[in-house]
Formats: sequence, C-alpha cells, structure tokens
Amino acid sequence: MHIMEGFLPVEHAIGWGLASAPFLVYGFKKLSDEMKKDSANRLMLGSAAGFTFVLSSLKIPSVTGSCSHPTGTALGAIVFGPGIGFVIGFIVLLFQALLLAHGGLTTIGANTFSMAIVGSMVAYGIFKLGKQLGLNLKVTVFLAACLADLATYCTTSLQLALAFPDPVSGFTGAVVKFMGIFAVTQIPLAVSEGLLTVLVLNVLGQHAPDSLKTTLPYIVKDARS
Amino acid sequence: MKIQNIILIIAVIALAITPLLIIKPVSDGAELFTGADSQAETLISEIHPDYTPWFTPLWEPPSGEIESLLFALQAAIGSGVLFYTIGFFRGRKKAAAVK
Repeated sequence: MHIMEGFLPVEHAIGWGLASAPFLVYGFKKLSDEMKKDSANRLMLGSAAGFTFVLSSLKIPSVTGSCSHPTGTALGAIVFGPGIGFVIGFIVLLFQALLLAHGGLTTIGANTFSMAIVGSMVAYGIFKLGKQLGLNLKVTVFLAACLADLATYCTTSLQLALAFPDPVSGFTGAVVKFMGIFAVTQIPLAVSEGLLTVLVLNVLGQHAPDSLKTTLPYIVKDARS
Repeated sequence: MKIQNIILIIAVIALAITPLLIIKPVSDGAELFTGADSQAETLISEIHPDYTPWFTPLWEPPSGEIESLLFALQAAIGSGVLFYTIGFFRGRKKAAAVK
C-alpha cells in the first residue's frame, strides 16, 4: 500500500496531505490525553505501536505470487479508538519513508489516509458494530482487523486509479487493475492480520492489570488461577 | 485459551507457507514473490509511460542488505516494546497474586 516517493502528481500529493492533516491533529490530541493516564496505559499504547511496527515490516508471500505486508493499525484503533490508530500509522509511515525509502514524504498524506485513517476507522467501526450486534468479541476483533487491512489496500488502489486513470478504460479500468495487484494479494494477509490481532489481545487480556479492563475488549477473568 | 493461541499461530504460519508451496516458477524465469508496491509502480509506467516521478527519496538504503537491516530493526523495535509490555504485565500480576 506504499505509494512510492514522487509517484503521485503534485495536486494529488497536496490534496491527500490536506485531507489527512485534520485527522492527525485530532489523533495527536487524543494521544496527549492518553499519555496523561497511568503507566499501564502508556505501556499499552507502546505495545499497540509496537504491533504496528512489527506487522508493517513483515512482507509475507501471498497466493498471487507476490508479497505484501499487513498493517497492524487495527489493534490501536480497537483498544484506544481511531485517533490513536491515526498517529501510530503515521509514525510508522514516517519511519519507513525516511529510513527505508519505502513510501515517501510526498506520498505520506495519501499513505497515511489509506493505512492510518481508513484502516483505523474501518477497524473501529466494525468493532463497534459487532459489539452492538452482540457478536462474539473475538470474531468481532478478527473481522475488524481483517477488513481494516483490506480497506487500506482498496483505498490505495482507488488513490492510484484517481491519479492514473487508464487511457482506454478510464478510472474504473484502472481501479480494476490496481485492485488486481493489491486487493487480491492482500486477502490471505488480511486473514493473518485478523488472527494475529486476536492472538495479541488474547495474550494481553490474560495478563493486563484490571485498570485496563475498560480499555481491552476482553480480559480473562480467571487469569490469576 | 492456550490451545486457541497455538491454533492461531499455526494458522498464520500455514497461510504464509502455502503460497510458497503451491506457486511454481514459470518457464520465462520471471521473479516470484516481488512486492505488490513495486508491481503497482510498474503498472503506473505501463498506463502512463510519460509519467516521471517529480521527487526522489532524500535517502535510500545503499544496498539490499542495509534495507533488510532496517526492516529487521523496525520489527525488532516493535516486538521489543510489545513483549516487554506483556512480560511486565505478567510479572506484575504474578507478584500481586503471591502477596
């Protein structure tokens, strides 16, 4: 989902930057609120960011014969709300743009929009919806993370198609082409991301202190036995 | 819970290994398992051959080794923080249970 440095026309680069900016302002405000809480909460913030760092660095082979990576933004969005997901995703993208030449500074607005913003909002939205419908919490977390991952890659496809419509088949044709690269490859990876998010919340829920009970979606009651 | 976690881990590993087993190299020797990001880049140059990137990265890892070093570093930092937290919470809960 990383649009490479310089690979968006100037107007698009600026447009996506402007579109992402207010979400990031909101996210950083949320972050400073969360940092004021107790140390357990700060550690939990760190581990949500850590999870995103790990997952977005793993390039995993897919059934299409190409490699892609999960995003890991759903965890932070589920536990702390979408604002924290915006910031975590942005920080990871900045790290990769500056040190890895992966993504770029001119495309960071667009990449932040797809991975951090759309990813976090979809994760949070599905999670809330699943809870309201009374779905099993683990199934809900799985769906939230899995669909957030897919939504990110679909957004990237749309962004690229908008910037590079096909000369013959136009915008729609380009969407199909970019989705063919991103969305299909991403399906097994999105499933992996969903499973890993459930796994990490299982482990954190088992050991986390009671002060995080309201934060974590499921805390294991009998953890002390 | 433990069994569920083990099943989750096995499922993720299986999902990653399966493509390696079922996808066979094609005869024209094209490289397998390249990154989707770079395939998108190729597609852009096919659709719009006249497009030239107007900005280049300020710094690029000088070799594939350095790039993998930095990717490994990214994963190491992330897992370090994540597992420190898990260990910290676990130890604190155990200590509280002893008291």
